[in-house]
Amino acid sequence: MTATTNRPAGAEPGRGGTAGGGSDRAAGAGLLMSGRRREAGRRAAGGGTPPGGSGATGQHGIAEWLGAVVSSRYASVLVTLALLIVTFAVGSIRYEGFFSGQVALNLFVDNAFLIVLAVGMTFVILTGGIDLSVGSVVALSTMIAASLLQSGWSPPWVILIVLIVGTTLGLLVGLVIYYFDIQPFIATLAAMFLARGFCYVISTNSISIVDPFFTAMADARIPVGPGLKITPSVIVALIVVAIAFVVLHYTRTGRTVYAIGNGGPSAMLMGLPVRRTKVLVYAISGLCSAIAGVLFTFYTLSGYSLTAVGMELDAIAAVVIGGTLLTGGSGFVLGSVLGVLVLGLIQTIISFEGTLSSWWTRIVIGSLLLVFIILQRVLTLRRR
Amino acid sequence: MIAARLRDVFRSRLIWPVIALVALLVTNVIKSPGFLSIRVQDGHLFGSLIDILRNGAPIVLVALGMTLVIATRGIDLSVGAVVAISGAFALSIVGDAPDPNDLGVVLGAAAASIVFAIVLGSWNGLLVSVFGIQPIIATLILMTAGRGIAMLITEGQILTVSSAPYKVIGGGYWFALPASIIIAGVMFALVAILTRKTALGMLIESVGINPEASRLAGVSARVIVWTVYTFSAVCAAIAGLMISSNVTAADANSAGLWIEMDAILAVVLGGTSLAGGRYSLTGTLIGAFVIQTLTTTVYSIGIAPEITLVFKALVVIAVCLLQSPVMNTRITKMRMRRRRTPAVAPTRATVS
Repeated sequence: MTATTNRPAGAEPGRGGTAGGGSDRAAGAGLLMSGRRREAGRRAAGGGTPPGGSGATGQHGIAEWLGAVVSSRYASVLVTLALLIVTFAVGSIRYEGFFSGQVALNLFVDNAFLIVLAVGMTFVILTGGIDLSVGSVVALSTMIAASLLQSGWSPPWVILIVLIVGTTLGLLVGLVIYYFDIQPFIATLAAMFLARGFCYVISTNSISIVDPFFTAMADARIPVGPGLKITPSVIVALIVVAIAFVVLHYTRTGRTVYAIGNGGPSAMLMGLPVRRTKVLVYAISGLCSAIAGVLFTFYTLSGYSLTAVGMELDAIAAVVIGGTLLTGGSGFVLGSVLGVLVLGLIQTIISFEGTLSSWWTRIVIGSLLLVFIILQRVLTLRRR
Repeated sequence: MIAARLRDVFRSRLIWPVIALVALLVTNVIKSPGFLSIRVQDGHLFGSLIDILRNGAPIVLVALGMTLVIATRGIDLSVGAVVAISGAFALSIVGDAPDPNDLGVVLGAAAASIVFAIVLGSWNGLLVSVFGIQPIIATLILMTAGRGIAMLITEGQILTVSSAPYKVIGGGYWFALPASIIIAGVMFALVAILTRKTALGMLIESVGINPEASRLAGVSARVIVWTVYTFSAVCAAIAGLMISSNVTAADANSAGLWIEMDAILAVVLGGTSLAGGRYSLTGTLIGAFVIQTLTTTVYSIGIAPEITLVFKALVVIAVCLLQSPVMNTRITKMRMRRRRTPAVAPTRATVS
């Protein structure tokens, strides 16, 4: 970790020194960039915002800024929210017993791992990258956890090791992308196969988990109201979402993530730590995949090499449906959570329907992803 | 003179895959001296080499389609799903027919699968060329939704059908050679003639190098991109027929699993850059056989087959790193330095 953070700083001492004063300003511009549309970012970066200019625009433009926010920034998230409400309403009308708090809460219970996965994916997609390895890393995490528990390790160590392995894998992918300038999808595709391969090396059979701590986590229910219960996994997922929200919207790292997605060279010219952040997002995604893997282990109480095949699509779909642009630079972590809930709702409806086979889930998710991608293309084209 | 010739050989992009192939074969010969022997039995050729040819045919086909897709700076992740769909579709038709052993039924089923694949491939092509979705995402949709479609066709079961004519596609013999390798060979020859004897190959490369510039130069990039994705799906479908015919079963979950990885690996081993542009069909052919030989070797020298995937992934990573722009500039610099040192600089008009 230290090697990564030090390297760009060490490699560019001159730039770090001269741009030291300017980087606060750049962070301010980054805030503007995340708030406004692409063009604003390009203007700020390309035209070179005058030193005093950014502060002044920030003050008297608040009313206009709010107007722009409502009209463009949250538009896609609002579409997702509307879709969620409409789907839930349709389900409530069609099926008896659908309209209940527990069905809504079960969306969180059954998809806690996917929420965490989508959070990590949001970071990567915001920078304009993609991480195809998440499903394999989840599978690898379940395998490592199951096999270590089987050989008698204690749960805290097992979880720690799983998290370290996931983060390291993500970090390595990030470093490969950074040092060798390889397209993210190829690097993460290779990582996907590699992680799957490690699963096979550990075992080709399913390993079940009988550890008391893991089974306790699987069985525990926390009451949140009259007759309403959630699992500890939901709390973990919500904590991850909260941390991601704070990091993305209230730290310089978060603003750099948005700035990179809006245009790598511009962000670099503003003196933002582009390369370090690019590596960081893959490490974050790896960490999130590992956490999701642990939650998935709580959920299934087993480790299996072929588990979570295609989960990367679910995560990408959740992020895209949640309103994050695949080209990067625009989107919200809370939107991704909404995206996960939409996917969960589709699954719930298919199971309520009863006659539809579960394979329809994949097909519906694929189609929904397609619709939202096309919607994105249309929206961005219109904005230009 | 000989030294110059040798240097030319070593400069060639194909030298490394060929060396890898030879090394793998030598390993096998050391392990089992009879490895290279081919015997004739019942008028058919038998032997480990023939097995490699037969089992390698699906990879050759899928990699062939993948080469053209990658040459246009794309990628097709859906080939594995198409393999599963086409096998399931063809076998379900053959299985539902009154007489599964009827040649007409089998040919009809094969044709129907290929038509289905054309639909799936043009779907991918539509998403990439008309809607402008990144190839990785566009084909990812079919990669996962496709397994769902295959599941729907097989109704979640593993279809098993015994049909003699169908068995020929993947396990039979024509003119003493495995039918599958003849089919793959014919497809390969067709593509080679179509793209190398006409301007099509150059147009594909130009689209891969710079889609915008080639569009401005009058190349119908959209049609070309659309065509290569359709072609890739057709190749995958034929591979799917072979795989399902070889085991006389269609398994929606595991048929063609990770074949996209093998195909991508074959293409990059063959020296085609994942960044698009120049491609080498011969390289892909050699790459595909390197992979099949590798798989055979893993089994024959007694390494646990589970490790193959890790090994292949590491090879992909290594080859990608070697191809990366950073390494390229580094290697070029090294060559320049070496060329400057000798007193008599070797005269080379062209630098490949």
